[in-house]
Amino acid sequence: MNARLARLAVIGTAGGAFSGLFGIGGGTVIVPLLIVWLGYGERLATGTSLCAIAVIGALAAAAHALHGNVDVAAAAVIGVPALVGVVAGVALQQRLSERAVAGIFSVLLVLSAIKLAFF
Amino acid sequence: MSVGDVVGLVAVGVAAGVASGLLGVGGGVLFVPGLVTFLGMSQVEAEATSLLAVAFVAVVGAWRQHGYGNVRLRDGLLVGALSPVGVLVGTELANALPDRALAMSFAGIQLFFAWRLARRALKPPAAAAPSAPKRPAD
Repeated sequence: MNARLARLAVIGTAGGAFSGLFGIGGGTVIVPLLIVWLGYGERLATGTSLCAIAVIGALAAAAHALHGNVDVAAAAVIGVPALVGVVAGVALQQRLSERAVAGIFSVLLVLSAIKLAFF
Repeated sequence: MSVGDVVGLVAVGVAAGVASGLLGVGGGVLFVPGLVTFLGMSQVEAEATSLLAVAFVAVVGAWRQHGYGNVRLRDGLLVGALSPVGVLVGTELANALPDRALAMSFAGIQLFFAWRLARRALKPPAAAAPSAPKRPAD
């Protein structure tokens, strides 16, 4: 295994662990590592990470399904509207203030974390 | 699943998608609390279900990004193909941890994302000007 392949393996393993443990994509781990270790530019790192997440997410969902914890119907009810949201978010990029939306979501996440921690 | 549950999940889904498309914050960080809140799922159930939705949205997103030339397919697929050991470790750990501990860890991740988004919200406009989009945005 050459050095480059080894790095991809570490990235995949780290992303996979993050994904399996937290139920999220793992882009937070994958994108910076593609940039720093493999010299990717940001846009290519983001797109390539998304491709990796597609595979990792599927594998992690399958692994979790072995424990009987995946609700397919619920995943569809939340996932399909998310696609609509992505299209809308991209389309509205020019009209919405990125900073305002970032601020709103930051607050939402803090509130959600508090609810998780204390209620 | 009641009508109220469906409405709530749809709203969370759309919000997560908008965040993803506009900010590059992944959907999962919002899917999970949405599933816990509206369906009363345990933390690990919500995470497991979220992963299926994440995979689905990521496939569509990656397909579009590939069309724009933003995907190195071989590397992306390799990273995915080389992930199973990590996936298994993460999944087993998520199932081994008590629900409370997993939820607290997840809350910690949310705070980390919130901190990064807050920095972005507070960045002066000149520095935020460059057009390069954020993950996994278009």
